[in-house]
Amino acid sequence: MAEAWDFLRTDKMPHIWCPGCGHGVMMNALLRTMAKLDVNKDDICVVSGIGCASRLPGYLDFNTLHTTHGRALAFATGIKLANPRLKVIVVSGDGDATAIGGNHLIHAARRNMDITLICMNNNIYGMTNGQYSPMTPTSMLATTAPYGNLERNFDLCKLVEGCGANYVARATAAHPRNISQYIEYALTHKGFQFVEVMTQCPTYYGRRNKLGGPVEMINSLKQNTILNTAAAKLPPEKLEGKIQIGEFVKKEELTYLDRFDAMVDRITGGVKP
Amino acid sequence: MADRLRLMQGNEACALAAAMAGVRFFAGYPITPSTEIAEQMSEMLPKLGGKFIQMEDEIASMAAIVGASLAGMKSMTATSGPGFSLKQENIGFATFTEVPCVVVNVQRTGPSTGLPTNTAQGDMMQAKYGSHGDIPAIALYPSTVPEIFDMTIKAINISEMLRQPVILLMDEIIAHMREKILVPTQEEVDKMLVSRPKPAKGIDKYLPYDASMSDVPPLAAYGEGYRFHVTGLYHDATGFPTSKPAEVDAKIRRIHRKVNNVVDDITFLRYDQMDDAEYAIVSCGSTARSARRAVVLAREKGIKVGSLQLKTIWPFPEAKVSEVCSKVKKVIVPEMNMGQMVHEVERVAKGRCKVVPYNRVDGEPLTPEEILETLAKEVAW
Repeated sequence: MAEAWDFLRTDKMPHIWCPGCGHGVMMNALLRTMAKLDVNKDDICVVSGIGCASRLPGYLDFNTLHTTHGRALAFATGIKLANPRLKVIVVSGDGDATAIGGNHLIHAARRNMDITLICMNNNIYGMTNGQYSPMTPTSMLATTAPYGNLERNFDLCKLVEGCGANYVARATAAHPRNISQYIEYALTHKGFQFVEVMTQCPTYYGRRNKLGGPVEMINSLKQNTILNTAAAKLPPEKLEGKIQIGEFVKKEELTYLDRFDAMVDRITGGVKP
Repeated sequence: MADRLRLMQGNEACALAAAMAGVRFFAGYPITPSTEIAEQMSEMLPKLGGKFIQMEDEIASMAAIVGASLAGMKSMTATSGPGFSLKQENIGFATFTEVPCVVVNVQRTGPSTGLPTNTAQGDMMQAKYGSHGDIPAIALYPSTVPEIFDMTIKAINISEMLRQPVILLMDEIIAHMREKILVPTQEEVDKMLVSRPKPAKGIDKYLPYDASMSDVPPLAAYGEGYRFHVTGLYHDATGFPTSKPAEVDAKIRRIHRKVNNVVDDITFLRYDQMDDAEYAIVSCGSTARSARRAVVLAREKGIKVGSLQLKTIWPFPEAKVSEVCSKVKKVIVPEMNMGQMVHEVERVAKGRCKVVPYNRVDGEPLTPEEILETLAKEVAW
């Protein structure tokens, strides 16, 4: 039985993430889940784009690909279609997945492509020193929003749900067990599986917005979130300012590959090409 | 034999050649005048055990073919000017990470949206310089439907042999023209095919960029058990990022060297009546057809002229063009652009002969008569 440690390329450490960054919590949860599922390393392919989060595949002992900014899902689509035996996981940051990669995100979800996407949302472009992203809440500060962000941010889970994904869930770096639980579901089901993980960026987002250090930011992730099943029992006024975490969509609709295989059967009369 | 003799459109010939040469993954996005290639592939590939997908945009279709190639499938996409512009970043990624794939660019009149269904040759420099950084470009350029079939197979072979993208440039008029072609049998095509270098079976440690044995390192596929890393950052032999000056220098020089090493093998030319020529027409694509006709017309008038068609434009066939420039008085370079290839010819001529541009930029084909007229003026001068 493998342990999380066995999936790391320890010779590629130390990682590039700042002290107090939340991305490592996600990576830890991901690897523990893989250990629990006893995955075969050769069958896993992890793809990323550009940004802090996108350095993650380099630390993992799988088939790994660090692509261009925003395009990870499109590369991953090619990999999955060329070799459906591979379990393809995309890891991204919020800028990568929702801004430059927004088009690929909505279409991968719409196709119900057999890919797991884990988006580490720290509300900021960290690698380029703290510009606002589509996930930066309105009026928060960033290096390119020195007077406060004018834009509204996505509710990413609602976006992906609207696009038709089979699975949509959200956890935070303050809820590692939830991350593991959701990733476990995602990795054991077909179709587009989406897990948003809210992470803290104390270096750029936290410092500029005076949100405190990593400890304070993790505490606020705990305090400002509520499990969706608990939220359902509360009146709307009690949910003001709270971000819901939990599993929002659990469907088992036909996936892109289900439909593709059925089409091939239909046009070839079941004779495998 | 009879059913192999076909009247076929250029785009169709490209798609059929790709399928017969083993391309099993095609990702595309609708764009005139290349769309027929995607349409043909969507019909053929699922029946051949391959995959076709229409992606959400041009960038995604380029990304998808690189992903599929890394998973071991021969991969291709097709586009035209605006799409070719959008694909450039990922073409650079594939070149730098050394992933084989073929990008067909059926040129239409630019800039911008331009004239979507008219012909032009405006993307020749983009094929070489379109992506940022120094990338060693390879671009092939057929002039007839049978040549499209042949050059498509060559593009796939070169891409596999060198682990890098190959651009297949076409002119709208050739892509949409129907012409007679004798389609080779699958057996004949199979004999032509080259596969990417693969790591030896049972090795302990696979290094995806280990160039100690060859400038083209073996390429494993994802899922074969090697678990390697690919990144668009500068990388060492292991595939992991490096910023050590010596390793950076070695990487960029090697990917250029691997192309330069084989220039003779990937240079395809056609000479017409060049033996005794005092004048030469150097051209490519559909313009080369007009050049060949212009040669016939000029010879009837007693002008000793020949034609050199560049079927490979990148790397530029310097030695062969230089040889022509050393033998003739003048070289005419007719192009359907504001003057692109003429600069390369001038560079190579080094003042040994006069290099005369002729440019047609109104979206209409460049005719033999125009070339003849240009030539006649130069002869009389």
